[in-house]
Amino acid sequence: MSEKPPSPKELLQIRHDPAGPDWMDTKPVFRPGTWCYGAVPKHAEYLGLPNPRKWQATDEDWGLPPDWRERILEGLNDRLKRFRSLFVFMDICVRCGACADKCHYFLGSGDPKNMPVLRAELMRSVYRRHHTLGGKLFGRAAGARDLDLDVLKEWFYYFYQCTECRRCSVFCPYGIDTAEITMMARELLNLVGININWIVEPASNCFRTGNHLGVLPHTFKDNVEFAASDLEDNTGVHVDVPINRKGAEILFVVPSADYFADPHYYTFLGYLALFHEIGLDYTFSSFASEGGNFGLFHSNEMMKRLNHKIYAEARRLGVRWILGGECGHMWRVAHQYMATMNGPADFLEVPRSPLTGTVFENARSTKMVHICEFTADLIHHGKLKLDPRRNDHLRVTFHDSCNPARAMGLLEEPRHILRAVCNHFYEMPENTIREQTFCCGSGSGLGTDENMEMRLRGGFPRANAVRHVHEKHGVNRLACICAIDKATLTPLMEYWVPEVNVGGVHELVANALVLKDEKEDRDSDLRGEKWLHMKDDEETGRKPSQDLMEGMDHA
Amino acid sequence: MAVVTLGGKPIEIDEDGFIQDPGAWDEGVARDLARTEGVEEMGEDHWKLVNYLRDYYLKFGIAPMIRKLCKETGFPLKQIYELFPSGPAKGACKVAGLPKPTGCV
Repeated sequence: MSEKPPSPKELLQIRHDPAGPDWMDTKPVFRPGTWCYGAVPKHAEYLGLPNPRKWQATDEDWGLPPDWRERILEGLNDRLKRFRSLFVFMDICVRCGACADKCHYFLGSGDPKNMPVLRAELMRSVYRRHHTLGGKLFGRAAGARDLDLDVLKEWFYYFYQCTECRRCSVFCPYGIDTAEITMMARELLNLVGININWIVEPASNCFRTGNHLGVLPHTFKDNVEFAASDLEDNTGVHVDVPINRKGAEILFVVPSADYFADPHYYTFLGYLALFHEIGLDYTFSSFASEGGNFGLFHSNEMMKRLNHKIYAEARRLGVRWILGGECGHMWRVAHQYMATMNGPADFLEVPRSPLTGTVFENARSTKMVHICEFTADLIHHGKLKLDPRRNDHLRVTFHDSCNPARAMGLLEEPRHILRAVCNHFYEMPENTIREQTFCCGSGSGLGTDENMEMRLRGGFPRANAVRHVHEKHGVNRLACICAIDKATLTPLMEYWVPEVNVGGVHELVANALVLKDEKEDRDSDLRGEKWLHMKDDEETGRKPSQDLMEGMDHA
Repeated sequence: MAVVTLGGKPIEIDEDGFIQDPGAWDEGVARDLARTEGVEEMGEDHWKLVNYLRDYYLKFGIAPMIRKLCKETGFPLKQIYELFPSGPAKGACKVAGLPKPTGCV
């Protein structure tokens, strides 16, 4: 069973001054709350993964194949040849320590093996033993060691305590991408059947149904239709939502949690309201029904398999380009890998906003545009009628999700939107946002409840910055553009800053959006919370339709 | 994974106590699962919620969205937490024999 995490006070007893034996002589302790369950065999089998079995990290016998060591060393050898970056990252680190205190897991746990430099060293030491002359000749004296069972267990523990957020990489003078080292380590562990269920089950669902949750086509339709009817109850506007409509101009792809989970759902309502208002010619696909890609957290090959459906569905439906929703790691996959992995998408056109004529040059190769780019452009051209007073009950701060911020440089667009739809927007301290943003602490497939203590530790630096703006400005809403964030920042806030709740950017857009055919007595946000200015208007007898503010018009 | 006795039958559960074979569920299993959730007696409202979840699951293969659950059963979220203290997903769905959703949730 998942253990109840320690109290915030207990959890904050963190020591950052590691003492004790040399790091090669310490072993991980698989304490409850600090590791994730192994993959359930049926899901591993569905994906054809090696060595499916019932297995947990606390088992005495990990059920490994007899040649596990050879398989991993061969796998490492193979990847050093295939991936130049891995070879370079293994060799060039000078152990300057610039990354050491940049990791949210190190800050929140004080465990020295959560310093990115030492996390990478867990693998480098094995690399040196087999691939450098010094390591072959002098062993431990040259920082090299053999790959034994304890080293393997250590890899599992610490490479599943890295969220691949890449904050450390921002500070590395050599630009070593520690996330890529973690990715490689996870690939190698997968070769012998060491993996976690929170990644393998969503990947298996995704391969079967097109989405992580395993939502079947008729369920997708039912959820979408329910959302449309709910939106109609709230706004009075009837919205038709196209699914699998051939010949639409745009394919819209979202993370599946948007049409299943809270508080993602309100962002989903936001998309529907926005697209209806601007008359967008778009369609959902019930198979490309997932923007996220847990294959990214598993292996290069798995990522490619799961990503394939996006271009395939775009082709089948005959759309011109692709729009993507509020998903985090989808954008690392889409922005950095998709065009070469499953492209070229030369059957699509360079995305162009049908409302403003803006050509999204940055998406020339992928043909896929982030919804914040799309909406910020609409606002920039004054295409939306917005009343930011409708978000006056919220004092908002913005959490840059790791992948949109660091993997695709999406920094200004969400802020441009938030300033237009909210009157009260406050930034967290500058070393905790934009490219220096702190991870939610649960990314890269680690957002499972049995791992709660590590999630709360890893999320502490983010929560601490939220607490700062809560105390200084009364912030009560943490806005973000990632489904993992929406899921995992929620319990993180409940634990560290319970006065603050979590939601998406397009939820706030739709709150503020004045819909052409909305009901006259529309008086509450998408969550049913009554608007403050309506309460004031009721008192002063003014009509709510008076003095509506126009959208920002810089055109 | 472990095999425990629920409703007088041996049933496999996962580490968090969710039953692995939704087909093995019956009312006796639900009563025993409810006890693991601190619900000693399944009242009328408990059954209304559990039966709704069960029917929905058989039709759609997954738990309903919370918003839909509240709207269609007429129970506000607060009341669902009163009925099942671990909440709709970890409490009510577990008692109804549904699998745990995974992914960005």
